[in-house]
Amino acid sequence: MNLPMKWLADFTDVSDIEIGTYCDQMTDTGSKVEGYSSEGSAFNSIVVGKILSITPHPNADKLVICSVDVGGEHPLQIVTGAKNVFEGALVPVALDGAQLPGDIKIKKGKLRGEVSEGMLCSFEEMGLTLHEMPGAAEDGILILGDVGLGDALPGTDMKKLLTMDGNVVEFEITPNRPDCLSVIGLARESAVTFDRPLQIPTPQVRSLGDGDSIEKYLRVDIDCEELCYRYSAAAVKNVKIQPSPLWLRMRLHAAGVRPINNIVDITNYVMLEYGQPMHAFDYACLDGSHIIVRRAAAEEAYTSLDSKEHVLDESMLVISDEKKAVALAGIMGGENSEITDDTKLVIFESASFKGSNVRITSRKLGMRTESSARFEKGMDPENTMPALLRALELIQQLGAGEVVDGVIDVYPGKKQQTVIPLETDRINRFLGVQLEQAYMEQVLERLGFVCRDGMIEVPSWRADVECMEDLAEEIVRIYGYNKIPSTEFKGPMTQGGRNKKQQFEVRISDALCDMGMDEIHTFSFISPRHYDKIRMTAEDPRRKSVVIKNPLGEDTSVMRTTALPSMLEALAYNYSQKNQNVHLYEMASLYLPMEGEQLPQEPKSLVLGFYENSLDSTAGFYRLKGYVEAILALAGIAGAKYISIEDNRAFHPGRCAAVMVGEITLGVFGEVHPSVCETYGFGVAAYGAELDFDALFQMRKTKFEYTSLPKYPALERDFSFVCSEALAVGDIRDVMLRAGGKMVADVSLFDVYRGPQVGEGKKSVSFAVLLRASDRTLTDEEADAIADKIMKRLHDEYGIVLRA
Amino acid sequence: MKETLQKIKEEALAALAALDADIEGLRIRYLGKKGELTAVLRGMGKLSPEERPIVGQIANEVRAQIEEQLTKRAAELKASAMEGRLKKEKLDVSVPGEKIYMGHLHPLTKMRRELEDIFSGMGFSIAEGPEVETDYYNFQALNTPADHPARDTQDTFYITDNVLLRSQTSPVQVRTMEHMCPPIRIISPGRVYRSDTMDATHSPLFHQVEGLVVDEGITMGDLKGTLERFAQLMFGVDTRVRFRPHHFPFTEPSAEVDVSCFQCGGKGCRLCKGEGWIEILGAGMVHPNVLRGCNIDPKKYSGFAFGMGVERIFMLKHHVDDLRYLYENDVRFLAQF
Repeated sequence: MNLPMKWLADFTDVSDIEIGTYCDQMTDTGSKVEGYSSEGSAFNSIVVGKILSITPHPNADKLVICSVDVGGEHPLQIVTGAKNVFEGALVPVALDGAQLPGDIKIKKGKLRGEVSEGMLCSFEEMGLTLHEMPGAAEDGILILGDVGLGDALPGTDMKKLLTMDGNVVEFEITPNRPDCLSVIGLARESAVTFDRPLQIPTPQVRSLGDGDSIEKYLRVDIDCEELCYRYSAAAVKNVKIQPSPLWLRMRLHAAGVRPINNIVDITNYVMLEYGQPMHAFDYACLDGSHIIVRRAAAEEAYTSLDSKEHVLDESMLVISDEKKAVALAGIMGGENSEITDDTKLVIFESASFKGSNVRITSRKLGMRTESSARFEKGMDPENTMPALLRALELIQQLGAGEVVDGVIDVYPGKKQQTVIPLETDRINRFLGVQLEQAYMEQVLERLGFVCRDGMIEVPSWRADVECMEDLAEEIVRIYGYNKIPSTEFKGPMTQGGRNKKQQFEVRISDALCDMGMDEIHTFSFISPRHYDKIRMTAEDPRRKSVVIKNPLGEDTSVMRTTALPSMLEALAYNYSQKNQNVHLYEMASLYLPMEGEQLPQEPKSLVLGFYENSLDSTAGFYRLKGYVEAILALAGIAGAKYISIEDNRAFHPGRCAAVMVGEITLGVFGEVHPSVCETYGFGVAAYGAELDFDALFQMRKTKFEYTSLPKYPALERDFSFVCSEALAVGDIRDVMLRAGGKMVADVSLFDVYRGPQVGEGKKSVSFAVLLRASDRTLTDEEADAIADKIMKRLHDEYGIVLRA
Repeated sequence: MKETLQKIKEEALAALAALDADIEGLRIRYLGKKGELTAVLRGMGKLSPEERPIVGQIANEVRAQIEEQLTKRAAELKASAMEGRLKKEKLDVSVPGEKIYMGHLHPLTKMRRELEDIFSGMGFSIAEGPEVETDYYNFQALNTPADHPARDTQDTFYITDNVLLRSQTSPVQVRTMEHMCPPIRIISPGRVYRSDTMDATHSPLFHQVEGLVVDEGITMGDLKGTLERFAQLMFGVDTRVRFRPHHFPFTEPSAEVDVSCFQCGGKGCRLCKGEGWIEILGAGMVHPNVLRGCNIDPKKYSGFAFGMGVERIFMLKHHVDDLRYLYENDVRFLAQF
């Protein structure tokens, strides 16, 4: 809402307050100021000049030399190329040093050898349009006589002449305060803020006394009272459509509204002043002298006055005559009843519609107007009549027509007044202040509330005030939020901080960073094409995602069920930026739709990903496995098994594993499938892991029990043998562990060798077995016996023999 | 015999002084079982009983002197050998160390943890909730019914008519109030979603931290005190806080909260656009309709709530001018924090 300060002065006088202070204090009391500017800030040093004489330019056919009286001792010599100047004309003159819109500076200079001490201006050069300056020449210099300013004195400042010498303050009005989308609403707030008197004159409309009356012209019926609370209307006859007077045009201009003609301007003027959207339509276009406020018929066609065609439905409210809709209630009038230059009889409508209905209709049709924006927030039904009368008063003031005696006022939706007890103690306790009841009442009364016997009657324009807390806000915003003493809350002690799972997340995150991984954050929504990029089959259940109905675009249209694509995206981005050896992780939320449930599950997935620019082809997998093992170790999860996975299409079928503890899969990891790498543009192998963070948390070790340290020394026996490549080292180890019995403290792999000496399809494997008894020192003989048992079992199960 | 002893002593000390390695050889030569001094002592039996103690004393003195010098010389030699070795082993300390790459928490995680730690210290626990939410928890329970005008100011992503991506973390507050009795002191950090196209200052996904305190006798003064304390811990002890009236459907009274600019201290600079203040938080007293909806009696209990954008604070604090860096995950950016 743009508030011209001169308009405000019609209702309350704050002219002595410095504009910056005004803005700050209005913000402090709840009317947030976005900024202010001077109305005519676009130009300065433009004055009225009278052309005394015009002589040809000696060196240019298209230029003339004017001698111009600008109220100084001597006339100025100004060269112009304009055709429409004449001797005796009054024109705007930009003086030496003048500023014009678009940061143009006027300087005294020479034009084709002749001195020019300024510039004659068009209205465009002052930032105005034909709307503000009707009657002016469209190209050429603004002749002031053309726009009714023929009696201006030379030397007069143009800003003053055009009444553009005030400030305009821009307010950001919150949706709960539609009453402040008006000069009067802001005047009320200003008056309370600065403790000034507020004067809202009652509009005076003279009776024509010609025996004519509105009833002869119009009947109004409201068909759906649930959508239209009140409909007030009046008629103006013998209308003379013409431009509004300058003062009115310039007030609209200052408020940011384009002047059109006197009737339309009056409706806009009243809307800005009273906050009440008005509508004017041509009576001649009404069929049957009858206005019906009704729901639109299904698929009813309607053309709005901006010539756009719409198809309506039964949820929408229209203003109709007996045959057709003439306006879309609260949004925009119809082309069929628009005010034209030939309009002779005007009907003014000032009504109150249900806000949410206007909002939904305006959304459905994609029509947002100044009027709908106000109705949406809920307009005060009590305001329709004062606004209507003000419009009629302006008609008489402007001589725009004759007001037909009487008004129509159909008011089925009168609201009961809200009354709230003033609980002084409770308010003070709630706010943490100590204010006197008298002070509270004084603030409320100045805001338009009525205090009677400890009860507060809420004014009709404050539908947002319903309870004690609302009154508390009214009082304290005027008292000053910043005057409330700051205190500490008291009460029973509470245990703050992170819960166990949050602590676990912090621990794992910190450890991953310390292992050299950078944390990433990626979007939760992805494109469904990301599933293709990781080669998910069409039947993969993970494709079933939570789908956004109104996404910004396809790229962010589904909630991810796997965070691997996001990880690969981030890795690939780094790769494209030529960042070397990038290791990343994310604590990612997934969104898994659940059959029969309204909301999806949102498990947390720990995703790892890296690439190194030079790494041996098998080292990458084991580096990745090392990370996974480290995370499990950190969580104290023992006994994990690593199972080869060949059918996860995102990964290399020979280099992918699932990590399992018992029946539970903690995650899958591996070298990213070469085709996937290609899709993402990697020139090196990339590695990825997806771990179920919730399962990691569930399975983490929480009980730590002491086992005594070994008292007796251990003996070591090494085993080196050749076996088939197909035999998994993990399986061999399991056999050795089982065969050795309880004396085996550990079996660890220390070498795997492949080469010509070993033979095709075979590998040489070396294990160290640590043997220990808990109650004595093992003898060499005992150790050898266990070693023999292990070898025998290896031979029996796999046909393995020790390497000589 | 005395002369022999004297001679042995002199010889031994001279040899010792000249020696630069084989201390042990010298010791054996003089003091060993077959050493020269031992040989002399062995001949003591031939002496008269009168001479024996005198010669014995001299012999002991000689032995002690040789031993002492032996030890001393050994220490000297060890020290000079060490000195030589250390000299030889000198390194160029300006050569870079072995590369140990330390990873980095994402700046948003760091920021979030910083916020969590501040409030944890004040007794707030950390509550989390679903990001895919029902319309009820995201709007209706927060005093924002379907036809509320405030719904227009937040453009929300919908899944179905009743399910949406939460546009604020406030639904977590409602869920908490539903199953927890006062005193309630929580913060709810997390992801929120609004239908804004990505640019330097907007993102369809961003992070909020909201706070909620509900108990008997909670006042607006408590809200001010809490946020002042927070601002001082977050932005420095000299930080001042300013409340401006505002409107949120779920609080009454509501406020926008500015902190004095932590760059210029309030004098006005580029960061605060010359205002001296930076808008950081929205806050207010929990609306009685919200409490009532969670079966908390607003006549008995009152509460306050506040919320802030993690990205915004991060960007202001570190002078980051483009939000997109946070989701590009370029390690050259991540490694700066």
